[in-house]
Amino acid sequence: MLQVIDSPKEYDVCIVGSGAAGGTAAKVLTEGGLNVVMLEAGPRLNPYKDYKEHVWPYELAHRGADVGGRARHEWNDEFLAPNGFWEIDGEPYTTAPGSSFRWFRSRIEGGRTNHWGRIALRMAPVDFKARSTDGMGDDWPITYEELAPYYDKVEAFIGVFGTKEGIPSAPDGIFQPPPKPRCTETIVKKACDKLKVTCVPSRLAILTEAHNGRPACHYCAQCGRGCMMASNFSSSQVMIPPAQKTGRFTMIANAMAREIVVGKDGRAKAVSYIDKTTRTEQQIHAKAFIVAASACESARLLLNSRSTLFSNGLANSSGVVGRYLTDSVGSDAAGYFPQLAGMPKHNHDGVGGMHMYMPWWKFDRKNEFLRGYHIEFGGGRGMPGVAEFDGVCDQHEGYGVSLKQRCRSDYGTYIGFSGRGEMIPNANSFCEIDPNVVDKWGIPVLRFHFAWSENEIKMAKDMQETFQSIVEAAGGTFYGDLRAGGKSPYGISEGGTIVHELGTVRMGNDPKTSVLNKNCQAHDVRNVFVTDGASFVTGPEKNPTLTIMALSWKASEYLIEQSRKGEL
Amino acid sequence: MDKNFASRRDILKSLCTGVAVGSVLQAIPLEAAEYAHRLIAEEKAASPNAQYMPKYFAAEQYKLLCALCGTILPGDADSGGAVEAGAPEYIDLLTSENAEYQRVLGGGLIWLDSACDDRYGHAYLECTPQQQAEMLDQIAYRKNLEHNPEMSHAIEFFALLRKLTADGFFTSKIGIEYLGYVGNAYVLKFEGCPPVPGV
Repeated sequence: MLQVIDSPKEYDVCIVGSGAAGGTAAKVLTEGGLNVVMLEAGPRLNPYKDYKEHVWPYELAHRGADVGGRARHEWNDEFLAPNGFWEIDGEPYTTAPGSSFRWFRSRIEGGRTNHWGRIALRMAPVDFKARSTDGMGDDWPITYEELAPYYDKVEAFIGVFGTKEGIPSAPDGIFQPPPKPRCTETIVKKACDKLKVTCVPSRLAILTEAHNGRPACHYCAQCGRGCMMASNFSSSQVMIPPAQKTGRFTMIANAMAREIVVGKDGRAKAVSYIDKTTRTEQQIHAKAFIVAASACESARLLLNSRSTLFSNGLANSSGVVGRYLTDSVGSDAAGYFPQLAGMPKHNHDGVGGMHMYMPWWKFDRKNEFLRGYHIEFGGGRGMPGVAEFDGVCDQHEGYGVSLKQRCRSDYGTYIGFSGRGEMIPNANSFCEIDPNVVDKWGIPVLRFHFAWSENEIKMAKDMQETFQSIVEAAGGTFYGDLRAGGKSPYGISEGGTIVHELGTVRMGNDPKTSVLNKNCQAHDVRNVFVTDGASFVTGPEKNPTLTIMALSWKASEYLIEQSRKGEL
Repeated sequence: MDKNFASRRDILKSLCTGVAVGSVLQAIPLEAAEYAHRLIAEEKAASPNAQYMPKYFAAEQYKLLCALCGTILPGDADSGGAVEAGAPEYIDLLTSENAEYQRVLGGGLIWLDSACDDRYGHAYLECTPQQQAEMLDQIAYRKNLEHNPEMSHAIEFFALLRKLTADGFFTSKIGIEYLGYVGNAYVLKFEGCPPVPGV
């Protein structure tokens, strides 16, 4: 039996997780005068040591391929900032028979904000009203108008570039000026204009002007390697520092939350966590708790917090914790563009992400599927990397000077397209505690059930057809997936691989069908809040991070107000 | 140097002007810029000119590997080839860590020598250039499988070696220069697409 080491100190708020939701809550709560402790399952981040920007491949022994060349085959790159893993030693998850799901987890200060593409899109008014619009899924308990002031606050604080376009499916925000388009983007934009597909400057949380003590981007395109300048947004570099500055913030790193402990009065009183460095179980006390461990990890923590009062898991009288799991619908293709061959040498890097994108443009007509998607794209003359010429090698074959010249003439001539669409929650997609497996910390793990429905497959088909029409309108050659059958019809992504898990602790007005109220506060336990992607009612085609931060900001202000009224 | 590529002094100056007094982040950009430059300099200084000692392949096999890399992506009027670019070192290192590469590449090199011996009475490196080309032409194209299905392992071997050689060459300094990539810089302003006919 482990000895539980109980800390006598009681904080105002304990936050579990340091990513987009946890970081935002830490900033807002501490600046609002509350004493906050944060548990992070991984180590602190040290940009000086951990970031790899401006390193050339030949300066690393493995040239970026990592040990044994594994970065050639899977998500792994010795260039990347520490940002997450598909598999974590000793911390498994399981999938139910017949289901396929992959779960990307970060165990590092800043969580998955170290990993994300900085795509910062507001949800549209219609996205909050799914059921009223087409009869599927549910409406959110809040409207766009209620959340808009928090989108404003987040954008104004973190810095997002973009342009005001007045597109109903993609509301404008507070924007810094966007960077100029690259050649690849100019070509695709022209093709989109021909086809009447909307293509506008993208909206990314990367500074194009100095802001709040952070310098503007220096255009090395290496956000994924970490930005020592903090010109791009990550929770660790943008949200945590102002919290620390208040003197009311404590972070406990390498702390894996196991359970939220409830008092006899039915209120949460402590979090039990494993201190990974000493392998001891500890408890930390607080008046209120913000669970922000990522959608599925937050559901896991609630489900593992069983007690006589909450035999079904904490705040789970509705039984919906773990249900309504969605990921974005993904489908990718590429095009070869002959006009990109023989381009003059020029710096094509830009920011670490796309300068233009296609917001959902068919919102004004009847489509073969419900809801929508947006298109991300990129390519061109980036820093050469491992496996980059695999395709040319397979096409050209042979050897010698002609192979070498072919690699050069093909370099920078491909553009990749990625559709990212809305999945409608279904009864076959959820996570639950696997009764047979615990991780190396003794914590029961999640088991995933996941299935796309017909609507998502029709959407993937439309994505592929659109990619093809764009590539061909630009005079390119299309390399996509138009096969209707097989395991991945129309190249539809494996569940979880877009890393937009949402909905597992959803909000709603009815405590029988939802876990949280519109302030992300648990219906059953008033001093527990879940402010990450778990709280989403639907998973619109917008990358969720900006909305997570807006929700967490709103919930944190509400919590401060409750605290002032003495209701915590 | 292009005037848009900022000098180190310009970068430090621009970083300073963006830094608000009292910010927690005040120190970070300056130190970070220093750090990035120092790191690059240190790693460059540390790169050895000494003879590479193979980690996986035996000396004779490594010679064969070098010869094949040099044939797959040779030096020409425009640049050096895969051997100067360090492709054999890269391939040897990865192979020492990867059982699948050991099977495919290690097995492939042994097979190549014995196939040459069967056909020409010599190991590959002792064959004439014509014999070497004749042998490689057998294993460098998938279409040869139609007539020679038993060549599949050799074709797989050469396909992997070709890809890893391309990796090694195009991630090297000379390979990157050959391609004409000119980024990885500190740029104060991104200029976008230069004027190009058709774009």
